Amino acid sequence: MNAIAEWLVAPLQYEFMIKAVLMSAFVGLVCAVLSCYMTLKGWALMGDAVAHSVTPGVVLAYILNLPFALGAFVFGVGSVLAIGFIKSKTRIKEDTVIGLVFTGFFALGLVLISKNPSNVDLMHILFGNVLGIPTSDLIQTFVIGSFTLITVLILRKDLLLFCFDPTHARSIGLNITALYYILLTLLSLTIVVALQAVGVILVVAMLITPGAIAYLLSDRFDRMMLIAMFFGVFSSVLGTYISFHLDASTGGCIVVLQTLLFVATMIFAPKHGLLVRTFKSA
Amino acid sequence: MYRQASIEVENVTVDYNGKVALHGAALSLSEGTIASLVGMNGSGKSTLFKAIMGFVTPSTGRVLINGLPIRSAQKRGLVAYVPQAEEVDWNFPVSVSDVVMMGRYGHMNLLRIPRSIDRHIVEESLDRVQMIQFRDRQIGELSGGQKKRAFLARALAQQGTVMLLDEPFTGVDVKTEKAIIQLLMELRDRGHTILISTHDLSSVSTFCDQVVFINQTVLAYGATNEVFTQENLNRTFGGAMPAIQTNPNP
Repeated sequence: MNAIAEWLVAPLQYEFMIKAVLMSAFVGLVCAVLSCYMTLKGWALMGDAVAHSVTPGVVLAYILNLPFALGAFVFGVGSVLAIGFIKSKTRIKEDTVIGLVFTGFFALGLVLISKNPSNVDLMHILFGNVLGIPTSDLIQTFVIGSFTLITVLILRKDLLLFCFDPTHARSIGLNITALYYILLTLLSLTIVVALQAVGVILVVAMLITPGAIAYLLSDRFDRMMLIAMFFGVFSSVLGTYISFHLDASTGGCIVVLQTLLFVATMIFAPKHGLLVRTFKSA
Repeated sequence: MYRQASIEVENVTVDYNGKVALHGAALSLSEGTIASLVGMNGSGKSTLFKAIMGFVTPSTGRVLINGLPIRSAQKRGLVAYVPQAEEVDWNFPVSVSDVVMMGRYGHMNLLRIPRSIDRHIVEESLDRVQMIQFRDRQIGELSGGQKKRAFLARALAQQGTVMLLDEPFTGVDVKTEKAIIQLLMELRDRGHTILISTHDLSSVSTFCDQVVFINQTVLAYGATNEVFTQENLNRTFGGAMPAIQTNPNP
Protein backbone atom coordinates (compact mmCIF):
# COMPACT_ATOMS: atom_id res chain seq x y z
CA MET A 1 0.00 0.00 0.00
CA ASN A 2 2.81 2.35 0.97
CA ALA A 3 4.63 1.60 -2.23
CA ILE A 4 1.60 2.62 -4.28
CA ALA A 5 1.17 5.84 -2.32
CA GLU A 6 4.86 6.53 -2.73
CA TRP A 7 4.61 5.80 -6.47
CA LEU A 8 1.76 8.34 -6.75
CA VAL A 9 2.98 11.03 -4.37
CA ALA A 10 6.71 11.14 -4.92
CA PRO A 11 6.58 12.64 -8.43
CA LEU A 12 4.44 15.49 -7.12
CA GLN A 13 7.38 17.04 -5.30
CA TYR A 14 8.40 18.35 -8.70
CA GLU A 15 6.44 21.34 -9.92
CA PHE A 16 6.64 20.21 -13.52
CA MET A 17 4.94 16.93 -12.56
CA ILE A 18 2.08 18.71 -10.82
CA LYS A 19 1.55 20.77 -13.95
CA ALA A 20 1.85 17.70 -16.16
CA VAL A 21 -0.72 15.72 -14.17
CA LEU A 22 -3.16 18.65 -14.15
CA MET A 23 -2.65 19.26 -17.81
CA SER A 24 -3.04 15.64 -18.89
CA ALA A 25 -6.14 15.15 -16.70
CA PHE A 26 -7.74 18.18 -18.30
CA VAL A 27 -6.71 17.20 -21.82
CA GLY A 28 -8.04 13.69 -21.19
CA LEU A 29 -11.36 15.15 -20.10
CA VAL A 30 -11.84 17.49 -23.07
CA CYS A 31 -10.75 14.88 -25.60
CA ALA A 32 -13.01 12.24 -24.05
CA VAL A 33 -16.07 14.49 -24.37
CA LEU A 34 -15.37 15.11 -28.04
CA SER A 35 -14.48 11.45 -28.63
CA CYS A 36 -18.12 10.43 -28.04
CA TYR A 37 -19.19 12.48 -31.04
CA MET A 38 -16.20 11.47 -33.14
CA THR A 39 -16.83 7.73 -32.72
CA LEU A 40 -20.57 8.05 -33.33
CA LYS A 41 -20.12 10.27 -36.37
CA GLY A 42 -17.23 8.18 -37.75
CA TRP A 43 -14.85 11.10 -37.89
CA ALA A 44 -11.58 9.42 -36.86
CA LEU A 45 -9.92 10.26 -40.18
CA MET A 46 -11.19 13.82 -39.98
CA GLY A 47 -9.69 14.15 -36.48
CA ASP A 48 -6.36 12.81 -37.65
CA ALA A 49 -6.44 15.20 -40.61
CA VAL A 50 -7.09 18.30 -38.51
CA ALA A 51 -4.39 17.25 -36.04
CA HIS A 52 -1.72 16.94 -38.73
CA SER A 53 -2.88 20.12 -40.45
CA VAL A 54 -2.17 22.34 -37.43
CA THR A 55 1.59 21.72 -37.73
CA PRO A 56 2.46 24.68 -40.01
CA GLY A 57 0.29 26.91 -37.80
CA VAL A 58 2.28 25.99 -34.70
CA VAL A 59 5.58 26.62 -36.46
CA LEU A 60 4.45 29.98 -37.87
CA ALA A 61 3.17 31.02 -34.45
CA TYR A 62 6.62 30.35 -32.95
CA ILE A 63 8.34 32.21 -35.77
CA LEU A 64 6.01 35.22 -35.47
CA ASN A 65 6.06 35.05 -31.67
CA LEU A 66 2.28 34.58 -31.42
CA PRO A 67 0.45 32.18 -29.08
CA PHE A 68 0.83 28.66 -30.49
CA ALA A 69 -2.90 28.03 -29.99
CA LEU A 70 -3.78 30.80 -32.42
CA GLY A 71 -1.62 29.42 -35.21
CA ALA A 72 -2.83 25.88 -34.59
CA PHE A 73 -6.48 26.92 -34.57
CA VAL A 74 -6.23 28.96 -37.78
CA PHE A 75 -4.66 26.07 -39.65
CA GLY A 76 -6.99 23.50 -38.09
CA VAL A 77 -10.07 25.41 -39.22
CA GLY A 78 -8.34 26.20 -42.53
CA SER A 79 -7.91 22.49 -43.23
CA VAL A 80 -11.57 21.85 -42.42
CA LEU A 81 -12.69 24.60 -44.79
CA ALA A 82 -10.30 23.38 -47.49
CA ILE A 83 -11.69 19.84 -47.17
CA GLY A 84 -15.27 21.14 -47.35
CA PHE A 85 -14.49 23.34 -50.35
CA ILE A 86 -12.71 20.69 -52.41
CA LYS A 87 -15.35 18.09 -51.58
CA SER A 88 -18.23 20.29 -52.72
CA LYS A 89 -16.52 21.65 -55.84
CA THR A 90 -14.97 18.52 -57.31
CA ARG A 91 -16.00 14.93 -57.89
CA ILE A 92 -13.26 13.57 -55.62
CA LYS A 93 -14.39 11.33 -52.75
CA GLU A 94 -14.22 12.60 -49.19
CA ASP A 95 -11.49 10.32 -47.83
CA THR A 96 -9.25 11.18 -50.77
CA VAL A 97 -9.83 14.89 -50.16
CA ILE A 98 -9.03 14.50 -46.48
CA GLY A 99 -5.83 12.61 -47.31
CA LEU A 100 -4.78 15.25 -49.85
CA VAL A 101 -5.37 18.21 -47.57
CA PHE A 102 -3.77 16.96 -44.39
CA THR A 103 -0.63 15.57 -45.98
CA GLY A 104 -0.22 18.86 -47.86
CA PHE A 105 -0.56 20.92 -44.68
CA PHE A 106 1.66 18.57 -42.69
CA ALA A 107 4.35 18.62 -45.37
CA LEU A 108 4.30 22.41 -45.34
CA GLY A 109 4.82 22.23 -41.58
CA LEU A 110 7.88 19.99 -42.03
CA VAL A 111 9.37 22.38 -44.58
CA LEU A 112 8.84 25.33 -42.23
CA ILE A 113 10.42 23.47 -39.30
CA SER A 114 13.45 22.45 -41.31
CA LYS A 115 14.01 26.07 -42.37
CA ASN A 116 13.80 27.32 -38.76
CA PRO A 117 15.50 24.63 -36.75
CA SER A 118 16.54 26.85 -33.88
CA ASN A 119 13.07 28.17 -33.02
CA VAL A 120 10.99 25.05 -32.91
CA ASP A 121 11.49 21.56 -31.62
CA LEU A 122 10.00 19.18 -34.16
CA MET A 123 9.79 16.38 -31.62
CA HIS A 124 7.65 18.48 -29.29
CA ILE A 125 5.13 19.26 -32.02
CA LEU A 126 4.97 15.70 -33.22
CA PHE A 127 4.93 13.93 -29.87
CA GLY A 128 4.03 16.53 -27.27
CA ASN A 129 5.94 17.71 -24.25
CA VAL A 130 3.68 17.65 -21.23
CA LEU A 131 6.61 17.42 -18.80
CA GLY A 132 7.99 20.79 -19.83
CA ILE A 133 5.15 23.19 -20.41
CA PRO A 134 5.39 26.84 -19.38
CA THR A 135 2.63 28.21 -17.14
CA SER A 136 1.42 30.55 -19.88
CA ASP A 137 0.67 27.57 -22.14
CA LEU A 138 -1.07 25.82 -19.27
CA ILE A 139 -3.39 28.80 -18.83
CA GLN A 140 -4.02 29.02 -22.58
CA THR A 141 -4.97 25.36 -22.59
CA PHE A 142 -7.36 25.71 -19.65
CA VAL A 143 -9.12 28.73 -21.17
CA ILE A 144 -9.60 27.13 -24.58
CA GLY A 145 -10.51 23.77 -23.09
CA SER A 146 -13.10 25.27 -20.75
CA PHE A 147 -14.67 27.17 -23.63
CA THR A 148 -14.88 23.93 -25.62
CA LEU A 149 -16.39 22.00 -22.72
CA ILE A 150 -19.03 24.63 -22.05
CA THR A 151 -19.99 24.85 -25.72
CA VAL A 152 -20.36 21.09 -26.00
CA LEU A 153 -22.39 21.03 -22.80
CA ILE A 154 -24.81 23.64 -24.15
CA LEU A 155 -25.13 22.07 -27.59
CA ARG A 156 -24.85 18.48 -26.37
CA LYS A 157 -28.28 17.36 -27.53
CA ASP A 158 -28.30 19.22 -30.83
CA LEU A 159 -24.91 17.76 -31.69
CA LEU A 160 -26.14 14.29 -30.78
CA LEU A 161 -29.21 14.72 -32.98
CA PHE A 162 -26.97 15.98 -35.77
CA CYS A 163 -24.87 12.80 -35.51
CA PHE A 164 -27.86 10.48 -35.18
CA ASP A 165 -30.43 11.85 -37.60
CA PRO A 166 -29.50 14.99 -39.55
CA THR A 167 -32.69 14.67 -41.61
CA HIS A 168 -34.86 15.05 -38.54
CA ALA A 169 -32.61 17.80 -37.19
CA ARG A 170 -33.23 19.71 -40.40
CA SER A 171 -36.93 19.00 -40.50
CA ILE A 172 -37.41 20.64 -37.09
CA GLY A 173 -35.61 23.74 -38.31
CA LEU A 174 -32.08 23.22 -36.94
CA ASN A 175 -29.27 24.54 -39.10
CA ILE A 176 -27.27 21.39 -39.78
CA THR A 177 -24.60 23.16 -41.82
CA ALA A 178 -23.92 25.34 -38.79
CA LEU A 179 -23.86 22.26 -36.51
CA TYR A 180 -21.40 20.57 -38.89
CA TYR A 181 -18.99 23.49 -38.73
CA ILE A 182 -19.50 23.97 -34.99
CA LEU A 183 -18.55 20.34 -34.37
CA LEU A 184 -15.49 20.70 -36.61
CA THR A 185 -14.47 23.92 -34.85
CA LEU A 186 -14.82 22.20 -31.47
CA LEU A 187 -12.67 19.39 -32.86
CA SER A 188 -10.01 21.91 -33.91
CA LEU A 189 -10.08 23.58 -30.49
CA THR A 190 -9.77 20.21 -28.75
CA ILE A 191 -6.76 19.34 -30.88
CA VAL A 192 -5.18 22.67 -29.93
CA VAL A 193 -5.80 21.77 -26.29
CA ALA A 194 -4.29 18.31 -26.63
CA LEU A 195 -1.35 19.27 -28.80
CA GLN A 196 1.17 19.93 -26.04
CA ALA A 197 0.29 16.82 -24.13
CA VAL A 198 0.44 14.18 -26.84
CA GLY A 199 1.48 15.90 -30.09
CA VAL A 200 -0.11 15.87 -33.52
CA ILE A 201 0.58 12.21 -34.27
CA LEU A 202 -1.19 10.69 -31.29
CA VAL A 203 -3.93 13.21 -30.60
CA VAL A 204 -6.41 11.27 -32.73
CA ALA A 205 -6.12 8.35 -30.28
CA MET A 206 -7.27 10.62 -27.44
CA LEU A 207 -10.15 11.68 -29.68
CA ILE A 208 -11.49 8.23 -30.44
CA THR A 209 -10.32 5.62 -27.94
CA PRO A 210 -12.26 6.79 -24.84
CA GLY A 211 -15.40 7.10 -26.99
CA ALA A 212 -14.86 3.65 -28.48
CA ILE A 213 -14.38 2.10 -25.02
CA ALA A 214 -17.51 3.81 -23.72
CA TYR A 215 -19.52 2.82 -26.79
CA LEU A 216 -18.85 -0.85 -25.98
CA LEU A 217 -19.95 -0.32 -22.38
CA SER A 218 -23.16 1.63 -22.75
CA ASP A 219 -26.31 1.91 -24.82
CA ARG A 220 -27.15 5.38 -23.52
CA PHE A 221 -25.42 8.50 -24.68
CA ASP A 222 -25.23 10.26 -21.31
CA ARG A 223 -23.70 7.21 -19.67
CA MET A 224 -21.36 6.77 -22.63
CA MET A 225 -20.15 10.34 -22.10
CA LEU A 226 -19.49 9.76 -18.37
CA ILE A 227 -17.66 6.49 -19.03
CA ALA A 228 -15.53 8.12 -21.73
CA MET A 229 -14.69 10.99 -19.38
CA PHE A 230 -13.62 8.54 -16.68
CA PHE A 231 -11.39 6.55 -19.03
CA GLY A 232 -10.01 9.71 -20.64
CA VAL A 233 -8.91 11.23 -17.33
CA PHE A 234 -7.82 7.95 -15.77
CA SER A 235 -5.61 6.91 -18.69
CA SER A 236 -4.11 10.37 -19.09
CA VAL A 237 -3.13 10.69 -15.44
CA LEU A 238 -1.92 7.12 -15.03
CA GLY A 239 -0.10 7.35 -18.36
CA THR A 240 1.71 10.48 -17.19
CA TYR A 241 2.82 8.70 -13.98
CA ILE A 242 4.01 5.66 -15.91
CA SER A 243 5.92 7.89 -18.27
CA PHE A 244 7.61 9.60 -15.31
CA HIS A 245 8.63 6.34 -13.65
CA LEU A 246 9.73 4.66 -16.87
CA ASP A 247 11.25 7.84 -18.23
CA ALA A 248 9.36 7.18 -21.46
CA SER A 249 7.35 9.29 -23.91
CA THR A 250 4.25 10.66 -22.12
CA GLY A 251 1.99 10.71 -25.16
CA GLY A 252 3.14 7.20 -25.97
CA CYS A 253 2.42 5.90 -22.45
CA ILE A 254 -1.06 7.48 -22.37
CA VAL A 255 -2.06 6.08 -25.74
CA VAL A 256 -0.64 2.60 -25.12
CA LEU A 257 -2.58 2.52 -21.84
CA GLN A 258 -5.77 3.61 -23.63
CA THR A 259 -5.30 0.97 -26.27
CA LEU A 260 -4.81 -1.73 -23.61
CA LEU A 261 -7.98 -0.54 -21.86
CA PHE A 262 -9.77 -0.73 -25.18
CA VAL A 263 -8.59 -4.29 -25.82
CA ALA A 264 -9.67 -5.35 -22.33
CA THR A 265 -13.07 -3.75 -22.88
CA MET A 266 -13.44 -5.33 -26.27
CA ILE A 267 -12.94 -8.75 -24.71
CA PHE A 268 -14.69 -8.38 -21.36
CA ALA A 269 -17.47 -5.81 -21.94
CA PRO A 270 -20.60 -7.18 -20.25
CA LYS A 271 -22.93 -6.83 -23.22
CA HIS A 272 -20.97 -6.03 -26.37
CA GLY A 273 -17.72 -7.83 -25.46
CA LEU A 274 -16.26 -10.69 -27.48
CA LEU A 275 -16.52 -13.22 -24.62
CA VAL A 276 -20.21 -12.61 -24.05
CA ARG A 277 -20.96 -12.59 -27.77
CA THR A 278 -19.11 -15.87 -28.27
CA PHE A 279 -20.94 -17.56 -25.43
CA LYS A 280 -24.28 -16.21 -26.60
CA SER A 281 -23.90 -17.44 -30.15
CA ALA A 282 -22.50 -20.81 -29.03
CA MET B 1 -65.30 28.54 -46.21
CA TYR B 2 -61.82 29.03 -47.66
CA ARG B 3 -59.39 26.37 -46.65
CA GLN B 4 -55.73 27.08 -47.02
CA ALA B 5 -53.63 24.45 -48.74
CA SER B 6 -51.34 22.67 -46.29
CA ILE B 7 -48.83 21.57 -48.89
CA GLU B 8 -48.51 23.77 -51.94
CA VAL B 9 -45.98 22.85 -54.61
CA GLU B 10 -45.77 25.45 -57.36
CA ASN B 11 -44.00 24.70 -60.64
CA VAL B 12 -41.05 23.04 -58.91
CA THR B 13 -38.09 22.00 -61.03
CA VAL B 14 -35.10 20.29 -59.41
CA ASP B 15 -31.89 19.47 -61.18
CA TYR B 16 -28.76 17.78 -59.87
CA ASN B 17 -25.76 19.27 -61.69
CA GLY B 18 -27.81 19.99 -64.80
CA LYS B 19 -29.65 16.64 -64.75
CA VAL B 20 -33.35 17.34 -64.32
CA ALA B 21 -34.92 15.04 -61.73
CA LEU B 22 -38.27 16.77 -61.45
CA HIS B 23 -39.79 19.16 -63.94
CA GLY B 24 -42.49 21.75 -63.28
CA ALA B 25 -44.19 19.76 -60.52
CA ALA B 26 -47.38 21.28 -59.12
CA LEU B 27 -49.47 19.96 -56.28
CA SER B 28 -51.87 21.29 -53.72
CA LEU B 29 -53.08 19.32 -50.71
CA SER B 30 -55.57 20.75 -48.26
CA GLU B 31 -55.73 19.96 -44.55
CA GLY B 32 -57.35 16.76 -43.46
CA THR B 33 -55.95 14.71 -46.32
CA ILE B 34 -54.03 11.49 -46.65
CA ALA B 35 -52.28 11.42 -50.00
CA SER B 36 -50.01 8.78 -51.39
CA LEU B 37 -47.18 9.47 -53.75
CA VAL B 38 -46.98 6.83 -56.46
CA GLY B 39 -44.11 6.42 -58.89
CA MET B 40 -41.28 4.14 -59.95
CA ASN B 41 -37.74 4.32 -58.58
CA GLY B 42 -36.06 7.25 -60.31
CA SER B 43 -39.40 8.87 -61.13
CA GLY B 44 -38.57 11.92 -59.03
CA LYS B 45 -40.65 10.66 -56.10
CA SER B 46 -37.95 11.07 -53.52
CA THR B 47 -36.84 14.33 -55.14
CA LEU B 48 -40.34 15.75 -54.65
CA PHE B 49 -40.19 14.55 -51.04
CA LYS B 50 -36.85 16.27 -50.57
CA ALA B 51 -38.17 19.44 -52.19
CA ILE B 52 -41.14 19.49 -49.83
CA MET B 53 -38.77 18.97 -46.89
CA GLY B 54 -36.44 21.68 -48.18
CA PHE B 55 -33.48 19.28 -48.54
CA VAL B 56 -33.00 20.30 -52.16
CA THR B 57 -33.43 23.81 -53.49
CA PRO B 58 -35.62 23.95 -56.59
CA SER B 59 -34.15 25.80 -59.57
CA THR B 60 -37.61 27.16 -60.30
CA GLY B 61 -40.84 27.32 -58.33
CA ARG B 62 -41.48 27.13 -54.61
CA VAL B 63 -43.05 25.06 -51.86
CA LEU B 64 -45.31 26.47 -49.17
CA ILE B 65 -46.43 24.71 -46.00
CA ASN B 66 -49.57 26.22 -44.46
CA GLY B 67 -48.78 29.29 -46.57
CA LEU B 68 -45.25 29.61 -45.12
CA PRO B 69 -41.87 29.06 -46.77
CA ILE B 70 -40.44 25.67 -45.76
CA ARG B 71 -37.75 26.93 -43.37
CA SER B 72 -40.23 29.02 -41.37
CA ALA B 73 -42.69 26.13 -41.30
CA GLN B 74 -39.93 23.80 -40.04
CA LYS B 75 -38.81 26.25 -37.37
CA ARG B 76 -42.38 26.24 -36.10
CA GLY B 77 -42.25 22.45 -35.97
CA LEU B 78 -45.10 22.08 -38.46
CA VAL B 79 -43.50 19.38 -40.59
CA ALA B 80 -42.81 15.92 -39.20
CA TYR B 81 -40.82 13.38 -41.15
CA VAL B 82 -40.77 9.61 -40.68
CA PRO B 83 -37.62 8.22 -42.32
CA GLN B 84 -37.02 4.90 -44.01
CA ALA B 85 -35.46 2.31 -41.75
CA GLU B 86 -32.24 2.19 -43.78
CA GLU B 87 -31.44 5.82 -43.02
CA VAL B 88 -30.89 5.21 -39.32
CA ASP B 89 -27.83 3.86 -37.44
CA TRP B 90 -29.58 1.31 -35.22
CA ASN B 91 -26.49 0.81 -33.02
CA PHE B 92 -26.67 4.41 -31.85
CA PRO B 93 -26.73 4.65 -28.04
CA VAL B 94 -30.24 6.07 -27.70
CA SER B 95 -33.38 4.56 -26.20
CA VAL B 96 -36.85 4.58 -27.72
CA SER B 97 -37.98 7.40 -25.45
CA ASP B 98 -34.79 9.38 -26.27
CA VAL B 99 -35.77 9.17 -29.94
CA VAL B 100 -39.34 10.25 -29.29
CA MET B 101 -38.06 13.10 -27.11
CA MET B 102 -36.13 14.34 -30.16
CA GLY B 103 -39.51 15.20 -31.63
CA ARG B 104 -39.90 17.74 -28.83
CA TYR B 105 -36.57 19.57 -29.36
CA GLY B 106 -38.17 22.28 -31.48
CA HIS B 107 -40.47 23.11 -28.56
CA MET B 108 -37.71 23.27 -25.95
CA ASN B 109 -35.20 25.95 -25.00
CA LEU B 110 -31.60 25.94 -26.25
CA LEU B 111 -30.42 23.37 -23.70
CA ARG B 112 -33.21 20.96 -24.70
CA ILE B 113 -34.06 20.12 -21.12
CA PRO B 114 -37.41 18.31 -21.13
CA ARG B 115 -40.19 19.89 -19.08
CA SER B 116 -42.96 17.78 -17.59
CA ILE B 117 -45.21 18.63 -20.53
CA ASP B 118 -42.57 17.20 -22.91
CA ARG B 119 -42.31 14.01 -20.88
CA HIS B 120 -46.06 13.75 -20.82
CA ILE B 121 -46.36 14.15 -24.60
CA VAL B 122 -43.62 11.56 -25.15
CA GLU B 123 -45.47 9.05 -22.95
CA GLU B 124 -48.72 9.80 -24.71
CA SER B 125 -47.14 9.39 -28.16
CA LEU B 126 -45.55 6.08 -27.18
CA ASP B 127 -48.88 4.95 -25.80
CA ARG B 128 -50.70 5.76 -29.03
CA VAL B 129 -48.40 3.49 -31.03
CA GLN B 130 -48.46 0.80 -28.30
CA MET B 131 -44.76 1.17 -27.60
CA ILE B 132 -44.84 2.32 -23.99
CA GLN B 133 -43.46 -1.01 -22.72
CA PHE B 134 -40.39 -0.65 -24.97
CA ARG B 135 -39.48 2.89 -24.01
CA ASP B 136 -36.19 1.98 -22.33
CA ARG B 137 -34.99 -0.34 -25.09
CA GLN B 138 -31.99 0.65 -27.16
CA ILE B 139 -33.43 1.26 -30.64
CA GLY B 140 -31.48 -1.56 -32.28
CA GLU B 141 -33.24 -4.08 -30.02
CA LEU B 142 -36.60 -3.52 -31.71
CA SER B 143 -38.29 -5.48 -34.49
CA GLY B 144 -38.94 -3.84 -37.87
CA GLY B 145 -42.50 -2.89 -37.02
CA GLN B 146 -41.51 -1.56 -33.60
CA LYS B 147 -38.80 0.59 -35.15
CA LYS B 148 -41.34 2.15 -37.49
CA ARG B 149 -43.73 2.77 -34.60
CA ALA B 150 -40.98 4.43 -32.54
CA PHE B 151 -40.31 6.92 -35.32
CA LEU B 152 -44.01 7.44 -35.84
CA ALA B 153 -44.26 8.27 -32.14
CA ARG B 154 -41.51 10.85 -32.61
CA ALA B 155 -43.55 12.46 -35.41
CA LEU B 156 -46.61 12.47 -33.13
CA ALA B 157 -44.64 14.05 -30.30
CA GLN B 158 -43.56 16.82 -32.63
CA GLN B 159 -47.23 17.78 -33.00
CA GLY B 160 -46.79 19.11 -36.52
CA THR B 161 -49.81 19.37 -38.79
CA VAL B 162 -48.03 18.07 -41.87
CA MET B 163 -46.50 14.61 -41.83
CA LEU B 164 -44.36 12.97 -44.49
CA LEU B 165 -43.74 9.23 -44.35
CA ASP B 166 -41.16 7.54 -46.54
CA GLU B 167 -42.15 3.92 -47.30
CA PRO B 168 -43.85 3.40 -43.93
CA PHE B 169 -44.99 -0.16 -44.69
CA THR B 170 -41.78 -1.83 -45.84
CA GLY B 171 -40.55 -4.46 -43.41
CA VAL B 172 -43.69 -4.15 -41.32
CA ASP B 173 -46.08 -6.97 -40.44
CA VAL B 174 -49.76 -6.80 -41.41
CA LYS B 175 -50.91 -6.06 -37.87
CA THR B 176 -48.56 -3.08 -37.55
CA GLU B 177 -49.54 -1.84 -41.00
CA LYS B 178 -53.18 -1.84 -39.95
CA ALA B 179 -52.36 -0.03 -36.72
CA ILE B 180 -50.35 2.62 -38.58
CA ILE B 181 -53.15 3.16 -41.11
CA GLN B 182 -55.68 3.47 -38.28
CA LEU B 183 -53.52 6.10 -36.60
CA LEU B 184 -52.99 8.06 -39.82
CA MET B 185 -56.74 8.12 -40.42
CA GLU B 186 -57.31 9.49 -36.91
CA LEU B 187 -54.76 12.23 -37.56
CA ARG B 188 -56.42 13.01 -40.88
CA ASP B 189 -59.77 13.37 -39.11
CA ARG B 190 -58.16 15.91 -36.77
CA GLY B 191 -57.09 18.02 -39.75
CA HIS B 192 -53.54 16.78 -40.34
CA THR B 193 -52.14 16.53 -43.85
CA ILE B 194 -50.28 13.32 -44.52
CA LEU B 195 -48.16 12.49 -47.54
CA ILE B 196 -46.94 8.92 -47.95
CA SER B 197 -44.42 7.60 -50.38
CA THR B 198 -45.17 3.94 -51.03
CA HIS B 199 -44.62 1.03 -53.38
CA ASP B 200 -47.63 -0.75 -52.03
CA LEU B 201 -50.39 0.08 -54.52
CA SER B 202 -52.87 -2.41 -53.09
CA SER B 203 -53.41 -0.41 -49.90
CA VAL B 204 -53.62 3.00 -51.62
CA SER B 205 -57.30 2.86 -52.47
CA THR B 206 -58.28 1.57 -49.04
CA PHE B 207 -57.23 4.57 -46.96
CA CYS B 208 -55.78 7.36 -49.12
CA ASP B 209 -58.12 10.23 -50.00
CA GLN B 210 -55.83 11.46 -52.72
CA VAL B 211 -53.24 9.98 -55.04
CA VAL B 212 -50.34 11.80 -56.65
CA PHE B 213 -48.80 10.17 -59.73
CA ILE B 214 -45.19 11.01 -60.46
CA ASN B 215 -43.06 10.42 -63.51
CA GLN B 216 -40.46 13.20 -63.85
CA THR B 217 -43.32 15.57 -63.00
CA VAL B 218 -46.70 15.36 -61.29
CA LEU B 219 -48.73 13.55 -63.95
CA ALA B 220 -52.02 13.71 -62.12
CA TYR B 221 -53.36 14.12 -58.62
CA GLY B 222 -56.77 14.23 -57.04
CA ALA B 223 -59.38 12.17 -55.24
CA THR B 224 -58.49 8.48 -55.26
CA ASN B 225 -61.77 7.34 -56.81
CA GLU B 226 -61.25 9.76 -59.71
CA VAL B 227 -57.57 9.52 -60.54
CA PHE B 228 -56.62 6.01 -59.42
CA THR B 229 -57.24 4.64 -62.89
CA GLN B 230 -55.51 2.08 -65.06
CA GLU B 231 -54.67 4.86 -67.51
CA ASN B 232 -52.79 6.93 -64.91
CA LEU B 233 -51.04 3.81 -63.67
CA ASN B 234 -49.92 3.06 -67.21
CA ARG B 235 -48.63 6.59 -67.67
CA THR B 236 -46.81 6.42 -64.34
CA PHE B 237 -45.24 3.03 -64.81
CA GLY B 238 -44.93 3.18 -68.60
CA GLY B 239 -46.81 -0.07 -69.06
CA ALA B 240 -44.33 -1.84 -66.79
CA MET B 241 -47.06 -2.49 -64.25
CA PRO B 242 -49.41 -5.41 -64.19
CA ALA B 243 -53.08 -4.45 -64.05
CA ILE B 244 -54.01 -3.75 -60.48
CA GLN B 245 -57.25 -4.45 -58.77
CA THR B 246 -58.82 -1.09 -58.02
CA ASN B 247 -61.01 -0.92 -55.02
CA PRO B 248 -63.21 2.11 -55.49
CA ASN B 249 -64.71 2.52 -52.03
CA PRO B 250 -63.18 5.63 -50.47
